[in-house]
Amino acid sequence: MPRRPIKFVLISAIVALALTACGGPSGSSGGGGGGGAQGTGPITFVAGKDTSGKYPAVIKKWNTAHPNEKVSLIELPTAADAQRSQFVTNLQAKSDRYDVLGIDVVWTAEFAKSKWLLELDKSQFPLDQMLKPAVDTGMFDGKLWAVPYDTNGGLLFYRKDLLDKAGKQAPKTFDELKADCSIAKQNGIDCYAGQFKKYEGLTVNFAEAVQAAGGEIMTDNGTKVALGAPAVKGLSFLADGFKQGYIAKPAITYQEEESRTAFMSGKLMFLRNWPYVYGLASQSDPANKVKGKFGVAPLPGFTGAGSSSLGGLNLAVSAFSKKQKTAVEFTKFATNQENAKEMVGLTGNAPAWTALYNDPDLVKKFPHLPILLQGLQSAKPRPITPYYQEVTTAVEDNAYAALQGQKTPDQAITDMTTKLNEIAQQGG
Amino acid sequence: MATETVRRPARVRRGGPVRTSEGRRAEARLAFRLLIPAGIVLLVIIAYPVVRAIWLSLYNDNRFGTSHFIGLRNYTRAFTGTGSDDFWSAFSFTTLLTLVTMVFELVIGFGMALIMNKAFRGRGLIRASVLVPWAIPTAVSAQLWLWNFNPNGVINQVFHTSFIWTGSHWPSFWAIVIADVWKTAPFIALLVLAGLQIIPNEIYEAAKVDGATALQSFRRITLPLVKSAVIVAVLFRMLDVLRIFDLPFIMTNGANGTETLSTIAYKESIQQIHPSYGSTLSTITFFYIIVAAFVVNLIARADVVKSAGGGVK
Repeated sequence: MPRRPIKFVLISAIVALALTACGGPSGSSGGGGGGGAQGTGPITFVAGKDTSGKYPAVIKKWNTAHPNEKVSLIELPTAADAQRSQFVTNLQAKSDRYDVLGIDVVWTAEFAKSKWLLELDKSQFPLDQMLKPAVDTGMFDGKLWAVPYDTNGGLLFYRKDLLDKAGKQAPKTFDELKADCSIAKQNGIDCYAGQFKKYEGLTVNFAEAVQAAGGEIMTDNGTKVALGAPAVKGLSFLADGFKQGYIAKPAITYQEEESRTAFMSGKLMFLRNWPYVYGLASQSDPANKVKGKFGVAPLPGFTGAGSSSLGGLNLAVSAFSKKQKTAVEFTKFATNQENAKEMVGLTGNAPAWTALYNDPDLVKKFPHLPILLQGLQSAKPRPITPYYQEVTTAVEDNAYAALQGQKTPDQAITDMTTKLNEIAQQGG
Repeated sequence: MATETVRRPARVRRGGPVRTSEGRRAEARLAFRLLIPAGIVLLVIIAYPVVRAIWLSLYNDNRFGTSHFIGLRNYTRAFTGTGSDDFWSAFSFTTLLTLVTMVFELVIGFGMALIMNKAFRGRGLIRASVLVPWAIPTAVSAQLWLWNFNPNGVINQVFHTSFIWTGSHWPSFWAIVIADVWKTAPFIALLVLAGLQIIPNEIYEAAKVDGATALQSFRRITLPLVKSAVIVAVLFRMLDVLRIFDLPFIMTNGANGTETLSTIAYKESIQQIHPSYGSTLSTITFFYIIVAAFVVNLIARADVVKSAGGGVK
């Protein structure tokens, strides 16, 4: 029977093929550059999904000038958590597939400590011309690991038409905001909302409330828990908001988009959100009921202006990249002032370059930029710690419990402090 | 040894003197060799990850250093230690969700199957449209239902309410149940329909001749004969819901006590990068599902045997 051996060989061959195919790509990763950035050639730029066309624009310019070191874009999912999973999976496997990384500001410390990033030379980047809080998000252990591509801060969007009618200005403090809620009530709409679903946005909103009271979550590279009385004060403001009704009840389910929709459908008087809302709320659209009726102001605080939490994107170079020289050069190129200006023009995002906030062309197109700058100068990064994911989970769990009335703000902050201390002490 | 046990009964059964024992041994050897590749594939894709996860669960998590062996301490952490609140909350939520969704899906799916089994005009259209929810990927349907349950969403607009579905425990629970039943009742319907179609029409006709009512023929003919299909459907659904991930992850992200065993395992291993504790949670889930499947199987079999005995009487 000559057919049987053939079948056997055939099956074995298929299996062998399948097995080697599985093990193939992961085997070819090598060590990084050692000292200094070396290696040139085509590279990849990896970042979350971009709907504004800002990445293709800068990549096209670079590729025309550097035909032998072309950059190709790898787009990751829109949601930050999903992006981080992709980065972590690739970098844990020491894959050299990602060269330039577009990472959320809060991941820098973790990625740096995991030895996934190439240390950057501070002298090669004009950091002194950029906003200090934004630059700080790229630093860890006194070294530079990532450079701000854009930054982001919270703004207070308000219904200018309704306030004008009542002869009022935008609120500068939480007390003024609460007083203005009577206007919302007269108009049959909700007063204030931020993002209070149990996700990263809650940490942002909580951090801003704590900063408004003059506090912080953690300091000293995430080794010290600050919280304390300002945290209780800040959290009480939010929890009382739900209890007393000056925060819209549905806001407990809001992420950025849900809160934006509520504001744009005319159901909300005050909204804390990122600058991207400005462009959308200015557009003509049947679903947009607030065109020409809204204004923006810096976030309110307890005694004066509040303080924003910092968002934004940093560019970093993978420690496993085999073309680090090209990667560093592209990072410099993509973050330079000229390209930053172009990016702002396309997106309305906040630039890291201080000068651009007073650039006449940009201010004409985006009148909210100077207001945003006021907020950003006092903005603070969320805790800079390699254990950021654990920190934000502990913050979310306890802040959410307080908003739901399951814990008093006092108890929530006590529990949060205990948990954060545990995390901070698990070793340097 | 193995070849001999295989060979002997074969020879006894065949009883033919035509083939030599040498030939049969060669054939058995060939069969064994042919099974090797499949065996290797199974080992690599099933046994290795399971064993590896169990092994990993015996180490501690140390993000920036080296891990060391800690025995069963990850398990005590989940059952009685610092992780026990989260674990038992997820365990009971998952279990309750499984029981409740299975009851609804079974009842509704059964109803759908009975309708689809009837011969009437437009049956093809009904069959196809019933299956639409099942064809939609769970992640998509989760997003869809999240929008439906949004405070400004479709459901509140239709009923002129402003109910906050995903803002507290029980409404979140029912929101997930509704989304799951909507999606998978058609699956049960499909399996039950397959079971129904095997039942020959003559039996019903005979019952009719004997003067059985519709209810009687449903209880005495349909139910017993479709039972094995239902058991398969129940088993499938149970295995599925016990490791449910997408719906709670997208609709509530685990807020208000809607964390399931799979979401906490994912969050530990992928988001927090605690692969060892994450493996511990997955291993526990793995054994929980095996035990649950075993118990259901046991009950189902006992039931089948019992009803067979009843039939004789």
